[in-house]
Amino acid sequence: MTQNAEHVLDHFELFRGPEYQQMLANKKALFENPHDPAEVERIREWAKTPEYREKNFAREALTVNPAKACQPLGAVFVAVGFEGTLPFVHGSQGCVAYYRSHLSRHFKEPSSCVSSSMTEDAAVFGGLNNMIDGLANTYNMYKPKMIAVSTTCMAEVIGDDLNAFIKTAKEKGSVPAEYDVPFAHTPAFVGSHVTGYDNALKGILEHFWDGKAGSAPKLERKENGRINFIGGFDGYTVGNIREIKRIFELMGIEYTILADNSDVFDTPTDGEFRMYDGGTTLEDAANAIHAKATISMQQYCTEKTLPFIAGHGHEVAAFNHPVGVSATDDFLMTLSRITGKPIAKALEQERGRLVDAMADSSAHIHGKKFAIYGDPDLCYGLAAFLLELGAEPTHVLSTNGNKAWAEKMQALFASSPFGKNCHAYPGKDLWHMRSLLFTEPVDFLIGNTYGKYLERDTGTPLIRIGFPVFDRHHHHRYPVWGYQGGMNVLVKILDKIFDEIDKNTNVPAKTDYSFDIIR
Amino acid sequence: MSLATTESVAEIKARNKQLIDEVLKVYPEKTAKRRAKHLNVHEAGKSDCGVKSNLKSIPGVMTIRGCAYAGSKGVVWGPIKDMIHISHGPVGCGQYSWAARRNYYIGTTGIDTFVTMQFTSDFQEKDIVFGGDKKLAKIIDEIQELFPLNHGITIQSECPIGLIGDDIEAVSKVKSKEYDGKTIVPVRCEGFRGVSQSLGHHIANDAVRDWIFDKVSPEAKPAFEATPYDVAIIGDYNIGGDAWSSRILLEEMGLRVIAQWSGDGSLAELEATPKAKLNVLHCYRSMNYISRHMEEKFGIPWCEYNFFGPSKIAESLRKIASFFDDKIKEGAERVIAKYQPLMDAVIAKYRPRLEGKTVMLFVGGLRPRHVIGAYEDLGMEVVGTGYEFGHNDDYQRTAQHYVKDGTLIYDDVTGYEFERFVEKIQPDLVGSGIKEKYVFQKMGVPFRQMHSWDYSGPYHGYDGFAIFARDMDMAINSPIWKKTKAPWKDAPRPSLMAAE
Repeated sequence: MTQNAEHVLDHFELFRGPEYQQMLANKKALFENPHDPAEVERIREWAKTPEYREKNFAREALTVNPAKACQPLGAVFVAVGFEGTLPFVHGSQGCVAYYRSHLSRHFKEPSSCVSSSMTEDAAVFGGLNNMIDGLANTYNMYKPKMIAVSTTCMAEVIGDDLNAFIKTAKEKGSVPAEYDVPFAHTPAFVGSHVTGYDNALKGILEHFWDGKAGSAPKLERKENGRINFIGGFDGYTVGNIREIKRIFELMGIEYTILADNSDVFDTPTDGEFRMYDGGTTLEDAANAIHAKATISMQQYCTEKTLPFIAGHGHEVAAFNHPVGVSATDDFLMTLSRITGKPIAKALEQERGRLVDAMADSSAHIHGKKFAIYGDPDLCYGLAAFLLELGAEPTHVLSTNGNKAWAEKMQALFASSPFGKNCHAYPGKDLWHMRSLLFTEPVDFLIGNTYGKYLERDTGTPLIRIGFPVFDRHHHHRYPVWGYQGGMNVLVKILDKIFDEIDKNTNVPAKTDYSFDIIR
Repeated sequence: MSLATTESVAEIKARNKQLIDEVLKVYPEKTAKRRAKHLNVHEAGKSDCGVKSNLKSIPGVMTIRGCAYAGSKGVVWGPIKDMIHISHGPVGCGQYSWAARRNYYIGTTGIDTFVTMQFTSDFQEKDIVFGGDKKLAKIIDEIQELFPLNHGITIQSECPIGLIGDDIEAVSKVKSKEYDGKTIVPVRCEGFRGVSQSLGHHIANDAVRDWIFDKVSPEAKPAFEATPYDVAIIGDYNIGGDAWSSRILLEEMGLRVIAQWSGDGSLAELEATPKAKLNVLHCYRSMNYISRHMEEKFGIPWCEYNFFGPSKIAESLRKIASFFDDKIKEGAERVIAKYQPLMDAVIAKYRPRLEGKTVMLFVGGLRPRHVIGAYEDLGMEVVGTGYEFGHNDDYQRTAQHYVKDGTLIYDDVTGYEFERFVEKIQPDLVGSGIKEKYVFQKMGVPFRQMHSWDYSGPYHGYDGFAIFARDMDMAINSPIWKKTKAPWKDAPRPSLMAAE
C-alpha cells in the first residue's frame, strides 16, 4: 500500500506504484483484447511518415481535433460585453451548459447564460412557447438590462424565426414592449465561433441603430468624432481591452468599446457574485452610430459587422489581431490619422522598449521555425510578429480560416525573406498539423491548450497562445496587443526557448557544458 | 461558523421552508408553481424527498443541466477507449466536451486508443440540406484508413441528425458488413431528446444492448477462462482514476474484475460482461438500465455499492461479498482490516479540521447522495443537496439511506435558487460543477467541483478517501477565504438568517 495520511498521493503518483501497475497490466493482457505491441509500434511509426501524411491530407469528410468551436459561443461572448446583458440561446439546453463550461474553464470566471430549453415537442411544433416563457422567466429572475438572443443548430434546422417569436413574446407580455431584445441567427453548421461573434454584434448594433426591429425610429447619425473599437473573439479580452483603453486615454481619444467584456470576465472575489459587471452601456451602443470611425482588431470576426457599420457612414478599418512592432505601428498610425491626434510620447517610448527587447533577445529567436494554429486573425498577427523577429512561421493552420485568408497569409510570407518556406493551411485540423510536425519538423508550436497532445506526440515544445487555454492560469489577464502586449508575447516565447535550451543541456558530464548561467 | 449546528431541527426546517417561499417569489406565477414541486425540506421517515424530478427544465431559468448527447458521448460511450466516437453533426458539441471529463485510461492515443480526441463530421449547411449519410459513410472509410487499430466506431448523434431524417442505422449496417462485421454503433442521442443527460444514458445503454450484446454470438467464448469470482464494474467512469482505486479493492478481496464500464473500458470488456457472475453498480442513474437487462436476459444479479468514505466502503465490500462464498467474505474482512490503519490516520489528521463543517451539494445523478457518507466520516454535515438529472428512485435512495431530517432538497436547481440558498444558509463548502464554482468562490464560499474532482482524484476507494479528505481540508481551510474582505471595510454583517 502506497497511500498514506502524512503525504497523500493523488493521481499524479498513486498509480505508479507496483500494485497498480501490476493490476493495469493484468487488465490489459486478460481482458482488453489488445493489439500486439509490435503492431501498435508499427502503426505509431507509420503515422509519422509522408505516406500517412498524404492519406491524412486526402481526407474529405472526417475532421479530427479541429481548432474551432460553433457560432453561439461567439454570440454569448459578445452579449456579455454589454452592460447588464444576459445571453439567451434559443434551442437545446445542453449547448448552453457547454458554452458556460467552456468560457469558465478558460477565464476561471462565472459565465452566465440561459437557454430556452427546447425538447422533442418544440422540435415538432417550434419553440415559440419556449421563447415566450423563457424571456419572461429570464427577465423576472435575473433582471437584465438587455437579453441578447442567439440560436443553437436545433432551432435553426427547424426554422424558428427569432424576429417573429420575440415580437409575439412581447405581445404576450413576457417583457415590456420597449425592452431591448436584440437577436441573431447563429447556426452552428455555418462558420465558427468567430462567425457567431460577427452575427451577434451586428444583430445588437442593428437593433439599436436601425429601429429596434421596427418598434422605434431608426437613428440618424450625427457624427461626434468618437472612435468605436471592436476587439473580436479573443481569449485575451481582459488584458487586451484594458490595454486598448489605456492607449486611447494616452492619446486623448474619445472611444466606445463595442462589447467590452473585460470586466465581466475578471470580477473580484470580495464576497459578492456579480452576474453582470462593466460592459458597454446600452446608451453607448446606440450612440456608437454617431462615431467618426470604427476599428476592428480582427477582420474575420467582423466580416458582416464592418460593412454594416460602413453602410452607416463610418470610416472603418480592420486589422488582423495586430501583435508586435509594425502591426502596432499601423494600428496607432491609423488611430492618429483618423482622429488627428498625435501618437502619445509614452507609446513611442513603449515602442522603443519593445524594439530594445527584441534586439536584446533576437539571437535566440532568429531562424527558429514555428508552427502556429488558431483563429485566422490570431494566426496572422502572430506570424507577422515572428517574421519581424527573424523567425519562420513555417506552418500556419486555421481550421476556421478560408481560402481568402490563406491568400492573405501567403502574401504576408511573400513580404519577408523569412517567409520563403512558410505555408498557410486553411480548413485543416490538428491531426493534419500532427502530420506536418512529423514530416516537416519545426522548433516550436504556438497554439491553445489542445496543442499539448501534439507536444506529447511529436516532441514539439508548445507555447500556449490562443483560445482556449484551460491548463495554464491567468494569461488572459495580460494583453498581447499594443507594444506592451508584444512584450508579453515576446517573453512567453523566450521563456519557452530558454527552458528548452536548459532542458537539452542539463545532463551532468554529458551536455551540461552548455548549461549556461548567462544567456 | 455553521448555523445549522446552533439551531434545532425544527428551526432549520422552518428556515428552509421560508427560504423556499422566498425564492419562489421571483418567478412568474406559472413558473413558481412548477418550481415549487422541485424544492422541499426533507422529513425523516418519508420514503422519498418529496420533490418531483426528471421533468423538463423551464426555459430561461438557467438550469445547470446538459443534454442527451452529453449523457451518451460525454458519459457512457466516450470513455470506451479502443473505439472511435464520432460527434455526428456540427463541430461544437464535440469541441466543448473534448477531453473535459478526465476519464483516465492507458493506451497510445491516436493509434490504439482515442478517448481524448475529437472526431466530428463538422456539419456544414449542405449536410443539413442534403443529409449527412453519405458523409458519414465516407468518414467511416477514412477512419478505417487512418486509424486501422480501432476496435469499433460509435456515431453520437447531435441535434440535427434526428431533425433532418438521416438514417445512421442503415449506414452503420452497410459499413459493418463492408468491414467484416466490424462493430459500428449508431446512437440516437440528439440533444433535444428528453429533459437532461439522463435520457442519453438510457439511449446509450440501449445501444450497448442492441448493437454490442445482440451481435455477440451466444456460443462465443471470451478470451479468458471463467472463474466463479468474475465481476464487472458498472457505472464507474474512472474520473481521476476512480475505477482503478475501486478495482484494486475488489481484486484484493479475491474477486476478478473482467470488465470496467466505461472508464478505461474496451469493447472486449463490454462484450465479455454477460459472462460475469455479478455486476457491481456504482452509478445507478446512468447504468441501471443495462444492469437490469443483463439480469433479465443473462440472469446476472447486480448490486449497488458506494466507495466514498470508509463507512460506506466497508458496508459495500460486505454487501458485494455476500453474493459469494466464505473465501470472498473473509477477503472483504481482510481488506477492511488492512486499510483500517490508513483510514484511522486520515481521519485523525483531517477530522479535527473539518468537524461540524456544513456542505451543500448539487451534482448529477449519483453523488448528491453517494458522497454524504464520506463527509460524515470526516465529521461534516450535508445540509442541502439535489440532483441535476436524478429520478424519483434516486430521491428514494437519498431519503431512505442518506439525508438527515430537515435537509434542503432542490431538484434541477436554477442559478438563482442555488445562489440564494447558499447566500442564506452560508455553508462552509459547496460541492457542484464548473459553472457554479466561480459564482460561489466570488461569494467567498469554499468550493470543490464534484464532477471532475476539481482536477484531483481519485476519490473512490480507500486510497481515494485520503485524497478526498485532503482536498476538502484544503478548500475549506485555505487562508485565502479570510482575505475576501478588505481590512478597511466594515466587519461582515452576520448573515440575514442568523439575524432573524
